[in-house]
Amino acid sequence: MKAYDYEIVIGLEVHVELKTKTKIFCGCSNRFGAEPNTNVCPICSGFPGALPVLNQQVVEYAIRAGLALNCEIASYTKFDSKNYFYPDLPNAYQVSQYDRPICSNGYMDIYVDGKPKRIGINRAHIEEDAGKLVHQGSITETAYSLVDLNRCGVPLLEIVSMPDMRQAAEARQYLEKLRSTMLFAGVSDCKMEEGSLRCDANVSVRPWGEQALGTRVEIKNLNSFRSLEKAIEYEARRQMEALDDGEVLVQETRTWDEEKQVTRSMRSKEEAQDYRYFPNPDLPPLVIPREWVESVARSMPELPQQAQLRLMEKYGLSAYDVSILTSSPEYLAFFDRCVAAFAQPKAVANWMMGELNKFLNQSNLQITECRFSPEHLAELLKMIDEGAVSGKMAKDIFAEMFASGKPAAQIVKEKGLAQISDQDTLIAMIEEVLKANPKVVEDYRGGKQKAAGFLVGQIMKATKGQANPTLVNQLIDKCLSAE
Amino acid sequence: MKLNDLSVHELKNLLQSKQTSSEEIIKSCLERIAEVEAEVKAFITLLEDDALKAARNLDKKGEYQGLAGIPYGLKDNFCTSGIKTTCASRMLENYVPFYDATAARRLSEADAILMGKMNMDEFAMGNSTELSAFFPTRNPWDHNRVPGGSSGGSAAAVAAGEILFSLGTDSGSSIRQPASFCGVVGLKPSYGRVSRWGVIGSASSLDQVGVITRDVTDCALVLQAIAGKDPSDSTSVALEVPDYSASLKADIKGLKIAYPREYFQAGIDQHVKACVMEALKTYESLGAIIDEVSLPHSEYALPAFLLIACAEASANMGKYDGVRFGLRDFSADNVVDMYSQSRGLGFGTDVKRRILLGTHALSAGYYEDYYLKALKVRRLLKNDFDKVFENYDVIVAPTAPTVAFELGAQSGDPLTMYMNDILTGSTNMAGLPGMSIPCGFVQEMPVGMHLIGKPFDEPTMLKAAYAFEQATSFHLSRPGRRVR
Repeated sequence: MKAYDYEIVIGLEVHVELKTKTKIFCGCSNRFGAEPNTNVCPICSGFPGALPVLNQQVVEYAIRAGLALNCEIASYTKFDSKNYFYPDLPNAYQVSQYDRPICSNGYMDIYVDGKPKRIGINRAHIEEDAGKLVHQGSITETAYSLVDLNRCGVPLLEIVSMPDMRQAAEARQYLEKLRSTMLFAGVSDCKMEEGSLRCDANVSVRPWGEQALGTRVEIKNLNSFRSLEKAIEYEARRQMEALDDGEVLVQETRTWDEEKQVTRSMRSKEEAQDYRYFPNPDLPPLVIPREWVESVARSMPELPQQAQLRLMEKYGLSAYDVSILTSSPEYLAFFDRCVAAFAQPKAVANWMMGELNKFLNQSNLQITECRFSPEHLAELLKMIDEGAVSGKMAKDIFAEMFASGKPAAQIVKEKGLAQISDQDTLIAMIEEVLKANPKVVEDYRGGKQKAAGFLVGQIMKATKGQANPTLVNQLIDKCLSAE
Repeated sequence: MKLNDLSVHELKNLLQSKQTSSEEIIKSCLERIAEVEAEVKAFITLLEDDALKAARNLDKKGEYQGLAGIPYGLKDNFCTSGIKTTCASRMLENYVPFYDATAARRLSEADAILMGKMNMDEFAMGNSTELSAFFPTRNPWDHNRVPGGSSGGSAAAVAAGEILFSLGTDSGSSIRQPASFCGVVGLKPSYGRVSRWGVIGSASSLDQVGVITRDVTDCALVLQAIAGKDPSDSTSVALEVPDYSASLKADIKGLKIAYPREYFQAGIDQHVKACVMEALKTYESLGAIIDEVSLPHSEYALPAFLLIACAEASANMGKYDGVRFGLRDFSADNVVDMYSQSRGLGFGTDVKRRILLGTHALSAGYYEDYYLKALKVRRLLKNDFDKVFENYDVIVAPTAPTVAFELGAQSGDPLTMYMNDILTGSTNMAGLPGMSIPCGFVQEMPVGMHLIGKPFDEPTMLKAAYAFEQATSFHLSRPGRRVR
């Protein structure tokens, strides 16, 4: 069979780090990047006799996240121990939620080729993170390993999608929308590079029309949106080729090798551990009053989905545009403020997604670090619109705004960049040029339309590009036909 | 009578009326320790100097509130900052915590004086204190017999007059059975009454901190000092703590006492049974109403109890992996070997057995048949008790099937040893308060009567115990000095 004879089925398991001040079961700081083993106490480092106490903020964030994903919020939930030995897991069990997750049966809408598609959310549950091992070189050759327990007890929400995605690009869209939804809900920083957003992908393939799911492979070590997309594409192709070769796929966990751009087998289902989940006896079951959920719901801000619909309906922007504009609450706020000051949403969107993003990416800055305000950008766009500056000049002014944070008007003034649109000034200049170039005037009158281009060029040269080119064209036309 | 032979409440009076000093009390206890400890071996760590120093400081102040100046012992699974806490295990042989168990902190805030850390069965798993990795403790009444366990050192030292009271932990019988074997009072409160913070648990849903004293009055005093909600223990309960001493009244006319027929059947020593039946007659003579009742699911209690205890223990023991503290076998070549070699060396046979049983009970394919079924039995047992308590105030039964057995008699036979929990494990399963008080002698060894109260109704249970104690003299006997 050919690749187009197969359907790819993808589900994602996403870990989102909740941005509470303190850890899930103790008072230790939940801050990234501290010196090893400085954010630790008897509880999160698993010392004898220490007991966990649940951080209420963790539950509140989980409820917020659940509501943002249209989930049902359990009125009764509990915590379970997932038992396994590893040096970064001090208690030899991870506290998680097994059969009663706090959130279930939700969904999130994404746009595929401009059309909405609903991706089911199977469940989202609260769990604690484990620590980190630092090896000397590779794990297989290291002489010793160091254990850093700072991350132990960092609160996580694991969000498990339904196997509703059908191509790598959809999975990427889902993850991007999930990220922005968590950012808007205010529950996580979702920084993939710091590990506060982590993603595993479940991938299988099946012949088109087949109802039963194919053998599932879980891919780990996906550290960017790009590696998610690449890994799924590679893995799906690998599975199709294996099936074409008559191989039987095994259910297994594979890791994405970023360097070689391939997935490699980590362990098969048979080697998978029995985690012996059972209710954690140190944590009482959690009863969540409806009033709590309702008050969280009332405090919910506009979410990416609502914002995207608003921008599409109100401004007629494309699904692609709005997905970028809603990539973070700050980015959307910048757009909204800019549009409030300059009511041409498409132009604002184009400048933000074009020049602004280009400069932000080049200098590796966030929108929050932009040195000029949305109103400053609006001012520049207004100047273009009014013909005060040309599009080309505007790009130079923008670069200066980005570098210095100065308002456009000031830059224009300082550099003498204002476009010359004063008719009298321009007519006087044109008359001089016409006098100086009688031959060209003659050519033009003789039917050589192109001759006018030379005349315009002379004006632009004389004004160092500051003349309004549209106006110059019109005026030259007028002067020549008048004589 | 020597100071160490008196009770906490008697010493409190002597201190407050300046007839004695804390230093004198400590010295009296130290003299007793010098006499008997070589045989009894109740202490893992004796804090002679610290105790004397604390007593002198207290005497300088001259104020004796709460439990001020009274020497006590802690089972060696209570974390004590700066003091070795071993759980009687090679695994923690040199472990020095940097935090205090809440119950221990509350006692030190009440100015009680810590004399030492008491021997126990390793990680509180066992019923004879023979499973201490260091040495067995002996019963002060007969050095050839065990003191019971797992809080054997705590009970033996109180019985021997080495300390005035002690704290233990009880997940099935570990306070009450040794109290019964040693002829002292042992109380396991309702689950959630006392904080478990800093107590090195074996089975979190069954473990409860409790008190061992020489009489019921002392028991109420000590319980008062440690009871109450602790924000550090999510399973501790925010119910108001009643005045336990005020509940001690001799008049129990009309008190309704039930005795479950299942707790007087085969397997219970005839003489032990006779003592408790005699005690019931005493209660009747005091005006209580006595009826036989049934706890129909009792026959399933022990296996279900063991499954839950082992399952939780298997998870709780996971943290002893040689990574951060405790024993580590440095000869291991890799991390997996380090785990197995460290745990192989660090744990005793019974701890390993329970880890294996618990791991098996939680394994895929067995969970439903074992652990889940045990949880269902647990609910049924609770229902049995609830039903009886609809009509009765207190349940009475023997604490243990026998009096203290001889050293070595049950070692190598885990099933016989596990039978020690048969009369008391259900109360842990149901979270109920239970206490053992002396009610007679068989073969010159003390017999304990088990009283079970409604959830958080320690006052009624204490009142029933106090009335019996007032009407009898069993609690006045000391090893080598029977009061007849």
